[in-house]
Amino acid sequence: MNILDPQGPIGAADKTILIDSVAIMLAIVVPTIVAIFAFAFWFRESNTRARYWPDWEYSGRIELVVWSIPALTVILLGGVAWIGSHQLDPGAPVEGTGSPVRIQVVSLDWKWLFIYPDQRIATVNTLTVPAGAPLRFELTSGSVMNVFFIPQFGSMIYTMNGMVTRLHLRADNEGDYQGLSAHFSGDGFPDMLFDVHVISPLAFPDWVAKTARSDGVLNEDSYGKLARQTVEHNKPTYRLDDPQLFGAIASQMIAPGPGPKITSESAQSYIGASDAR
Amino acid sequence: MLGKLNWSAIPIDQPIPMITSAVVALGVLGILAWVALKGHLPYLWHEWITSVDHKRIGVMYTLLAMVMLLRGFADAIMMRGQQAFALHSNGYLPPEHFNQIFSAHGTIMIFFVAMPFVIGLMNLVVPLQLGARDVAFPTLNSVGFWLTATGALLVNISLVIGEFARTGWLPYPPLSELTYSPGVGVDYYLWSLEISGVGTLVAGINLVTTVLKLRTKGMSLLRMPMFCWTTLASNLLIVAAFPILTATLAMLILDRYFGFHFFTNEAGGNVMMFMNLIWAWGHPEVYILILPAFGVFSEVVSTFSGKPLFGYRSMVLATMAICVISFMVWLHHFFTMGAGPDVNAIFGIASMIIAVPTGVKIYNWLFTMYGGRVRFATPMLWSIGFMVTFIIGGLTGVLLAVPPADFLLHNSLFLVAHFHNVIIGGVLFGAFAGYTYWFPKAFGFRLHEGFGKAAFWFWLVGFYVAFMPLYAVGMLGMTRRMQHYDVPEWQPWLMVAAFGAVLILIGIICQIMQLVVSIRRRDELRDRTGDPWHGRSLEWATASPPPVFNFAIPPDVRGEDAYWAMKRHAQPQDVEKTEPDYEDIEMPRNSPTGFVCAFFATIMGFALIWHIWWMVAAGFVGAFATFVAFAWRDHDEYVIPAAEVARIDRANLAERGALPGTAGSA
Repeated sequence: MNILDPQGPIGAADKTILIDSVAIMLAIVVPTIVAIFAFAFWFRESNTRARYWPDWEYSGRIELVVWSIPALTVILLGGVAWIGSHQLDPGAPVEGTGSPVRIQVVSLDWKWLFIYPDQRIATVNTLTVPAGAPLRFELTSGSVMNVFFIPQFGSMIYTMNGMVTRLHLRADNEGDYQGLSAHFSGDGFPDMLFDVHVISPLAFPDWVAKTARSDGVLNEDSYGKLARQTVEHNKPTYRLDDPQLFGAIASQMIAPGPGPKITSESAQSYIGASDAR
Repeated sequence: MLGKLNWSAIPIDQPIPMITSAVVALGVLGILAWVALKGHLPYLWHEWITSVDHKRIGVMYTLLAMVMLLRGFADAIMMRGQQAFALHSNGYLPPEHFNQIFSAHGTIMIFFVAMPFVIGLMNLVVPLQLGARDVAFPTLNSVGFWLTATGALLVNISLVIGEFARTGWLPYPPLSELTYSPGVGVDYYLWSLEISGVGTLVAGINLVTTVLKLRTKGMSLLRMPMFCWTTLASNLLIVAAFPILTATLAMLILDRYFGFHFFTNEAGGNVMMFMNLIWAWGHPEVYILILPAFGVFSEVVSTFSGKPLFGYRSMVLATMAICVISFMVWLHHFFTMGAGPDVNAIFGIASMIIAVPTGVKIYNWLFTMYGGRVRFATPMLWSIGFMVTFIIGGLTGVLLAVPPADFLLHNSLFLVAHFHNVIIGGVLFGAFAGYTYWFPKAFGFRLHEGFGKAAFWFWLVGFYVAFMPLYAVGMLGMTRRMQHYDVPEWQPWLMVAAFGAVLILIGIICQIMQLVVSIRRRDELRDRTGDPWHGRSLEWATASPPPVFNFAIPPDVRGEDAYWAMKRHAQPQDVEKTEPDYEDIEMPRNSPTGFVCAFFATIMGFALIWHIWWMVAAGFVGAFATFVAFAWRDHDEYVIPAAEVARIDRANLAERGALPGTAGSA
């Protein structure tokens, strides 16, 4: 999950900006820290060789310099922030090979539902994508707020009930990665860790075909069961019955998750769930 | 009859809160019994609880902060312990308990440690530095303190009766709405902060008025010590920002109690509105905390370098710039909400702009040391530790203000490390510096230097050991508030962090030892001069502890660093001053209004949390009746006759060895 080991263009660009910004700031921070130690040490009371200017309190030139140094740094960094924000807007499409894959993400209590509307399949807590293809995420929440984040792919984004956020990513290297929720969402929150499989573009249709033969069917009924407060370790897969399901969740045609039924039972149901693993 | 309250509210089956609260209850009962048996109760009532003296109230604020620091730190070390071992396992804290702990930790540390600490220091020092007799509204000051204490009390009651919020230190809806948090935890949070928020607002209004209206003769705004400027800026922010907090939480209360839909999922509620409103308060809040700390460092660095503050006007400008800009950056707390590139970039750049005046401050402290004679007493150690640590926290803060970097680091432990870096390294170090620096002024004896230095080093090293690993583990993708995790690479870092927390614990033990030892050896640590550090501002121009009226004769200020100038001025003359003409002094009467008001507010808050409506009415009527009774008072001041003033002042002057340049003899 190391963000300094990105596996796609967005993560790599985010990382570059991160490193560049730190470098720009270190250029003034390190000398300043050295100066603090140097001044404090040299002008210590016991040092008889140091000058003592008990009334020295102003120097226009130094004032000019001390306002200029941070101001110039911020101008430089502000440029980085402006350009970076525009180039790495999560809503801006990403180039890639092959046709884009559209994935609809629903954060639930406490699991992730990934709907592939074009492939008519859905998965829980496991995301499978072809390497190199642009990934177009549309995200919403079936209950409380969460943040969808795959650290090695780059930018994260909030999921909120009644709203759709958009995120474009690309994964370049095949392999197994992990994603998580980066916003606290209740007792089962730490179990919102999910697996990410990046497979070759050739294997992707096979995986889709295999998943489409799943026993489970995702429709309003089975979604209703998923929306209850539970922790999911089995990573079920589904055939997607209704391609409009995501729209129905995001537009609140399907009511948001019920939450705990009674206060004390929510803890009970959670503990039961984690014991089951 | 008792609303939602019944015996099941007491978590008998959970040993940790039960044992903790039993120990705390026994401790409190023990202290109360000791106080009562020794016959100290009348003294406590007359001299402290009903006191409207800004110095006493300042001390009580600081004491509240230090007691709550112990509670907040206990939460912290439990969290570090949990995360150090919760790999592939549930650890020793179940989620419903862990989630309460991190929520309580943040709430307590911000509202009931950092806030009362800085407000306590401002209360104690600012009227002295201004040459004033008290704050502008002394009784209101007492009300503000006791309402803050009410909030702290309610948070601690939640340990035994019911539960605390499990939603984080800012209760983001919809998680904090009734649907997802049906228990009383969020209600404890809401009512604690509604009540203490009124107290904070009152303190803010009071201090703004004090700075603007009660300056002594000759103390123009641009002759005020830097701490007064940062107090002004900080309290202007309180006055502007705290009503937003109160209103936002009131909206959440309406949602939870009356089925409104401000922030619900359903019926057009908007969670993004809550995030915007809460951070419109929340970001100024961090500057409310850090600005007074900047003021402390300005005083300390200047005093212990034996030089005036470098670039005073530049510092004033920087302070006021921070005050204004801090209101324009709140959106950087949620760049990852998908606001769009223009909005993100503009708020990112605005956030960076705050780094300019802040950087200027660092350089000005640096050049204050230049050409000085730096004495490494404990307050100065805290200040140098702050300067280095805060620069690192500033760097990571500006990094998080770059939206694409924030896209990777938002909500991660990198963020947690960043804000602890600035709040511990900035606010807390500042509070400790101020505590050591002004302790002799408040009590007439110094704190033990050896324990103070030991505490500093354990805190400093402990801070780095505890939080540098969190930067690293944040880079490894770890997000905050995880009760357990399945990623093995995170664990070594978290174990190191837990060890750092133990080092900080030793630092805290050193501070407790320091206080105990200093009180026991107070005679040898006695400061008779009133000016133990060769201070520069007016608080050192009077006795330690100062008489109730602070200055027998209001000082006459002729320039910056007023007391330094007086001392210098007086030197060549080197003669006994003729005694000034003492006059009668009118001082505000002590009043139980604050305490009684807070008593009823506590009852009302508790009843609101548990839906005990008759008790709500009783509490409200009681609090209102207290206010009415106070408003109808006939005698709100008493007169200290000139002869008495003269007697006290002569005694103090004699004690201080007839130091030249005493109050009023500039």
